[in-house]
Amino acid sequence: MNSRLRWRKFVSGFMLTMTGVCAMVSVSVLFFILGYLLYHGGTSISWNFFTKLPAPVGETGGGMANAIVGSGKLLLLATLFGVPIGFFGAIYLAEFGGGPIAFVVRYAADLLNGVPSIVIGIFAYALAVLPFKHFSTLAGGFALGLMMIPITLRSTEEFLRAVPRALREGAMALGASKWKTIVSVIVPAAYRGILTAILLAFARVAGETAPLLFTAFGNRFWSPGLNQPTASLPAMIYNYAISPYDDWHRQAWAAGLVLLGLILVINILARGILSRGISVSRS
Amino acid sequence: MATTTTTVPSAGPVVGSRSFLSRLRDGDEIARMITFLFAASVVLVTLLLVFELWQGSVLPRHKFGFNFFRTSVWDPIFDQFGALPFIYGTLVTAGVSLLIAVPLGIGAAIFLAELAPARISDTLEFFIDLLAAVPSVIYGLLGVFVVVPLMRVYIQPALKSTLGFLPLFQGPAYGVGFLTAGIVLAIMVIPYIISVSREVLLSVPRDQREAALSLGSTRWESTWKVVVPFARGGIMGSIFLALARALGETMAVTMVIGNNPIVSASLFSPGYSIAAVIANELTEATSNLHYQALIELGLVLFILTFVLNGLARLLIVATSQKGSGMGHA
Repeated sequence: MNSRLRWRKFVSGFMLTMTGVCAMVSVSVLFFILGYLLYHGGTSISWNFFTKLPAPVGETGGGMANAIVGSGKLLLLATLFGVPIGFFGAIYLAEFGGGPIAFVVRYAADLLNGVPSIVIGIFAYALAVLPFKHFSTLAGGFALGLMMIPITLRSTEEFLRAVPRALREGAMALGASKWKTIVSVIVPAAYRGILTAILLAFARVAGETAPLLFTAFGNRFWSPGLNQPTASLPAMIYNYAISPYDDWHRQAWAAGLVLLGLILVINILARGILSRGISVSRS
Repeated sequence: MATTTTTVPSAGPVVGSRSFLSRLRDGDEIARMITFLFAASVVLVTLLLVFELWQGSVLPRHKFGFNFFRTSVWDPIFDQFGALPFIYGTLVTAGVSLLIAVPLGIGAAIFLAELAPARISDTLEFFIDLLAAVPSVIYGLLGVFVVVPLMRVYIQPALKSTLGFLPLFQGPAYGVGFLTAGIVLAIMVIPYIISVSREVLLSVPRDQREAALSLGSTRWESTWKVVVPFARGGIMGSIFLALARALGETMAVTMVIGNNPIVSASLFSPGYSIAAVIANELTEATSNLHYQALIELGLVLFILTFVLNGLARLLIVATSQKGSGMGHA
C-alpha cells in the first residue's frame, strides 16, 4: 500500500511537471520568434529600408518604402470599411436588436469570422477584381475590411452590453431619448472596450497575406491613388522569402521584424487600454 | 448568453408605449433604422459570399460531380481537375499538426488552469495571446529558413534511421513536405488550444476538485480523472477550433509544403494543400473551368471550417454552462 501511494505521488509529481514543461515550451516559441526576428531583421534593417523603392532584380540594396505606404493605405481603407459596419451593427445588436434578426446577424458574423482568409480572398477577387479586370488597393482594402467586420462587431457588442444598466436608466430617467442615451452615455462608457476591439481587429488583419495575393497583388513601384495594384509588407515578405536571392531574404527578415513589431505593439497597447478601464470578460 | 439585456431600454412603460411618430421625432426610429442597415449588411455580405462560392463553382460541380474528390489528375492544359492530392495534403498536414499540438496544448492549459498561481497564469496567457497574434506569413518565414533546414539536416535523417521501416518515414529528406507543414501548423494552432482549454478548465466548479482531493486522490488524479473529463466537451471544442484553423491556413503551409500534387504515404514527401493551390493558381487560372475548380476547392474549405467552427462553439458553450450551472447549485 505504501509503495502504491509512493508510486501515485510520483506519477502526480511527474505529470504535473510535464504540464509545466508543455507550458514553457509553448510560451518559449514566442520568445524564439522574437529573438530570431530581432537578430536577423535587426542586422538587415536600415534607413534605406524605410525610404527606398525595391531595387531591380539582381541588384542589392533598395528598400520597401512602397510596401510600407501600401500597407498603410490598405489598412486605412479596411478600417474605413470594416469598423463602421462593425460598430453600428454592434449598436443595433446591443441596443435595438433582439429576437430572430439579431440572432441571424450574430450567426452571420460568427460564420464570417471563421471563414479562412484565403476564401475571403476568392470572394474579394470575384467581387472587386474580376469585374474591373485589374488588381487594386481598393480591392485589398475591401478584403481586409471584410475580415475586420466580425471581430469589431462581436467584441463591441460585448462591451456595450457590459455597460451597467443603472447608467442607461439614469439617462432615460432624465428624459433623454434612446439614441441620445446611446451617444452620450453608453458609447462613452464603453469606449475603452470599443477602442480595444478596433485595435485588435486592426492588428489581426495587418498581417493577413492570403487575401492580398488576389486583390492588392503587389507592385515594385509606387502605387498612385487607390485604383492600382499595390505592394504591402506581408505580401513582400512572402515573395521575398520564397525568392532565390540572399539580399531579398535579408529584406524579408527586416520586413518581418517591422510587421511583427507593429502587430505586437498594437496588441499590447490594446490590452493596456482595456486593463485600465472596467474589466470585462471577453469570452 | 445575453438575451435579457436587449429589452432593457424599451422595457420602461413610457418608452414602450410611445408612438412611432414621437420616436421618429426623437431620432430613435432613425437611429434604429440606420444601425439596422449596418447590421443587415453583415448578413448580406455573408450570404453573398456563400452565393459566390456556390455559383462560381457550377461548371466543375456539373462536369466532374463526385469524381472531383476521387481523382488525382490536376491538369489545367487538358481541363482535367481532380482534387484528391489537395484534400489529402490538407487532411494529412492538419492531422500531423493535431497529433503534436493536442498533447502539448492540453498539457500547457492544465498547467495554466490548475497549477500556476493566478498571476503567473495570467502573464503566460498574455504571451499565448501574443503568440496567437503572430501573422501566418511570419511563421512561414521562420518555417522556410529555420524549420526546413532543421528537418532536412537533423530530424528527417534521425527519423529515417530509427523509424525508417514505417512507410511514413521513407524517401529522400527534402526538408519541405507534409511533416514540415504539419509541424509549422502545430506551432500555429497551439495558442488556440491553450486559450480555449484554459478558459474551459477554469470554469470547472471548485467542488469537483475538492471532492476528488478529499477522497484521497493526488493532485494529478483529481485533475486527470475529474477536472479534465468534466471539461471534455470544451476541450474537444478547442481541438475542433484548432482543426478548422489548420485546414484553412494558407501562407505558412504554402511556403513549406513543397507544392507538389501527389498522394504519398510518406510524410517526407512534398505535397500540396487546398489553400496552397488556391493561393498559387487563382490569379493565373488558364480557363474558366480551372478558375471554377479552384473556387470549388474554396467551397470545400468553407464547408469544412463552417461545420467544425459550429461544432466547436456548441461544445464550448455547453461546457461552460455546465460549469456555471453546477457552481450555482
